[in-house]
Amino acid sequence: MNEVSPIPASSPAAFDVQRLREDFPALHQEVHGKPLVYLDSAATSLKPQAVIDAVADVYARDCANIHRAVHLLSQRATARYEEAREKVRAFINAANKTEVVFTRGTTEAINLVAQSWGRAYLREGDEVLVTELEHHSNIVPWQILCQQTGATLVVVPMTDRGEVLRESFEEQLTDRTRLVAMAHVSNALGTVLPVAELIDLAHERGAVVLLDGAQAVSHAYVDVQALDCDFYAFSGHKLYGPTGIGALYAKERLLEGMPPYHGGGDMIRSVTFEETIYNDLPYKFEAGTPNIAGAIGLSAAIDYFTSFDSQAVRAHENAVLRYATEALESVPGLRPIGTAPGKVAVLSFLMDAAHPHDIGTIVDSEGVAIRTGHHCAQPVMEHFGIAATARASLGMYNTTDDIDALVGALQKVQELFG
Amino acid sequence: MDLRELYQEVILDHGKHPRNHRFPERHNREGRGYNPLCGDKITLRLQLDGDTITDVGFIGQGCAISQASCSTMTEAIKGKTLPEVQELFTKFHTMVTSDNGADDLDTLGKLAVFAGVREFPMRVKCATLGWHTLNQALRNEGGEATTE
Ligand SMILES: Cc1ncc(COP(=O)(O)O)c(C=O)c1O
Repeated sequence: MNEVSPIPASSPAAFDVQRLREDFPALHQEVHGKPLVYLDSAATSLKPQAVIDAVADVYARDCANIHRAVHLLSQRATARYEEAREKVRAFINAANKTEVVFTRGTTEAINLVAQSWGRAYLREGDEVLVTELEHHSNIVPWQILCQQTGATLVVVPMTDRGEVLRESFEEQLTDRTRLVAMAHVSNALGTVLPVAELIDLAHERGAVVLLDGAQAVSHAYVDVQALDCDFYAFSGHKLYGPTGIGALYAKERLLEGMPPYHGGGDMIRSVTFEETIYNDLPYKFEAGTPNIAGAIGLSAAIDYFTSFDSQAVRAHENAVLRYATEALESVPGLRPIGTAPGKVAVLSFLMDAAHPHDIGTIVDSEGVAIRTGHHCAQPVMEHFGIAATARASLGMYNTTDDIDALVGALQKVQELFG
Repeated sequence: MDLRELYQEVILDHGKHPRNHRFPERHNREGRGYNPLCGDKITLRLQLDGDTITDVGFIGQGCAISQASCSTMTEAIKGKTLPEVQELFTKFHTMVTSDNGADDLDTLGKLAVFAGVREFPMRVKCATLGWHTLNQALRNEGGEATTE
């Protein structure tokens, strides 16, 4: 799976998870009288002190609006905001800073593409291709767009292991496919899609490709030029950064042909009542005062994340995942959901003894935080004929001790319900 | 936080073996309930003769709290008149949502086992799903009762 192959290690520093855990203040608390075991990083990751400090520092020191005033605070805030953009560019290896648009997160980035690119270029009879394992935020914006344009939403089915196969993808791909929108990594199942291969196939048919990278940026190495995707969307809060900030990467050539998404301040060069001239890229797509502190916090998160050897982080997470997969197999009556080879960071499961919602409450009382429900992926639930799963998901700070705590808590479920 | 307060024997029992888990032979009211957060689903049917509920049953799937609550509810309301049912609902709702709702526990009978739910705010909606579905059936509106 070359699309997640790690970058060559620059500094193979040993990965010391115990030391790293010290950087995350939220880890060091008790819930219900038990030490917190946080296994819900697919929903949102915890934040290292460096990110918290960076955000606080913006408000404490560089608190000013950007791109507007000549005073020093505004200059500093503007500089830091634009440094954050450069940080994101380098992180995903975009060719140019102008290709990075700050958004509220993945959801807004996808909606931006649907409403700007989609409404400009889609016609009746065109097809938008998604996969069966998408998060609702990579389904609903396309449904809305299809209603608006008369285009059709087409779905690539997944296997019972939660894989999207090249053959099924090819079957649904036609000359009418104008856009492919798919997850890089599934949030409900942890599947890593073979995106590089699928992007090539889509391009051969002349379709553009959007990747939903919400779950991928913290677990897979993302190089948008190597992938050759046309759009890439992600959220800062799943990358150890703040909520309310994320980014859309789009090839410059595409951005140039796209009408604005929102109108307002900052996205214009000049406004009269007769005519408005829009600002340059990417500002044309950033109407209004953005989440300045969020962007600077995201920048700090990228600094923090990339300060570790990415191979070591992935090796650590995969070791914990393997350990967890085996440990859960030993729990009687437990059924894993999503067993694609090469998957990352996510363990969705059911238990004979109890409904996921009850599992969630019981393990919470043991201090273990997991997610239960449909994970904003109801079509995935439907595929398996279930309403919900329990889901433990990993971040770089998780250890095999956390998994032992989870398994211990699941024994409580057995005791109570068994 | 004591889990046994929440998962009382009665709840575990009714969760595993819900009573009246079938549709009544005759019915003139139906309600459907759905909790979008966790996917719990309930279809409730009942026979209202005059203002008395003469039969009631439900088919549902979901967590132990939602299923046990609906199960005990069907037992509690069978043979009751509408004003009596309304009173039960009010008391039940107060019990699971307010801090000082514990006074009336005696009059709630078996339903009092849900008093512990109050300590688990995320689960209140599970406990009230059946009751909201009942309300909707009695109003006999189309559509679905949801907890949202
Ligand atoms: C795969 C996937 N796509 C999209 C999203 C939406 O991200 P956000 O809520 O940050 O916009 C999420 C997160 O919930 C996700 O896991």
